[in-house]
Amino acid sequence: MKRFFIVLFIISVILAFFISPFASSSPDGLERVAEDKGFIGKGISIIRSPIPDYSFPFIKNEILKTSISGLLGVIITFFLSYEVAKVIIKKEVK
Amino acid sequence: MHIPDGFLETKVWAAFDVISAGFVGFSLKIISKKIDAEKRIPMIGVISAFTFAAQMLNFPVAGGTSGHFMGSTLAAILLGPFTSTIIMTVVLIVQSLVFQDGGILALGANIFNMGIVGAFVGWFFYKIITNLFKGKNGVLLGSFIGAWFAIVIASASCAIQLGISNTVPLKVSLISMVSVHALIGIGEGIITLLVLLFIMRTRKDLLDIEKF
Repeated sequence: MKRFFIVLFIISVILAFFISPFASSSPDGLERVAEDKGFIGKGISIIRSPIPDYSFPFIKNEILKTSISGLLGVIITFFLSYEVAKVIIKKEVK
Repeated sequence: MHIPDGFLETKVWAAFDVISAGFVGFSLKIISKKIDAEKRIPMIGVISAFTFAAQMLNFPVAGGTSGHFMGSTLAAILLGPFTSTIIMTVVLIVQSLVFQDGGILALGANIFNMGIVGAFVGWFFYKIITNLFKGKNGVLLGSFIGAWFAIVIASASCAIQLGISNTVPLKVSLISMVSVHALIGIGEGIITLLVLLFIMRTRKDLLDIEKF
């Protein structure tokens, strides 16, 4: 039972830590359209995220910058959704 | 297709913040039933983590453009469309707050496109196909087609938001967004199909979790 969840979590960590630094850095669908149609410059940042653009600060190595960001993202996403699910589902339903 | 802040007019992002907040609240209510809780809770955690990881993996599509997995159809097939909305919402919140990927004001618009439209369109086409074709092949075909439509219709929804914001003429944004995502959708379909194939071979029983 538990094994599957651990395997899927490890696969996610492998993807985020080892594979993500080698992902395509070309603009994605929306960014491509925004560049081609000339509105990419309209983008602004309202808040200052701790790890902007999946590029972990204080690390020089380009690959590690992305790897650490990916690893942190997987861990944060896992715990946040797990906790939300636990709270919501374990709550008594009337 | 994470919309950054600045692309949408105030009344557009504000309206979608309200719509998505309401729908997410409703979805939380729907998924709160205790049925299969011991499987659903960890499954929600790992599928969210997988969706975040897979979304980082941009793959090249035509003409110096890349695309990446969205994931709402996979989550909808495994756990149901309302749960998919919640999973996508968590992923989008983390991406926006921690990684500056997708605007904070535009969060509602992004949740609407990828978390609501994506989840329910994918689920709808998956259901149609699996009703027409029974068994394993139906599931695999349905996952591919559902995933393709989910990302294409989600991109159309994004295009409409840009159009009504007068950021770009509606017709132009619709044609360009849909044509790029028709290609990215092939990748979305393949990844969704492969993950389902993996689950069928390892833990087929997880496909029978009660879906909300």
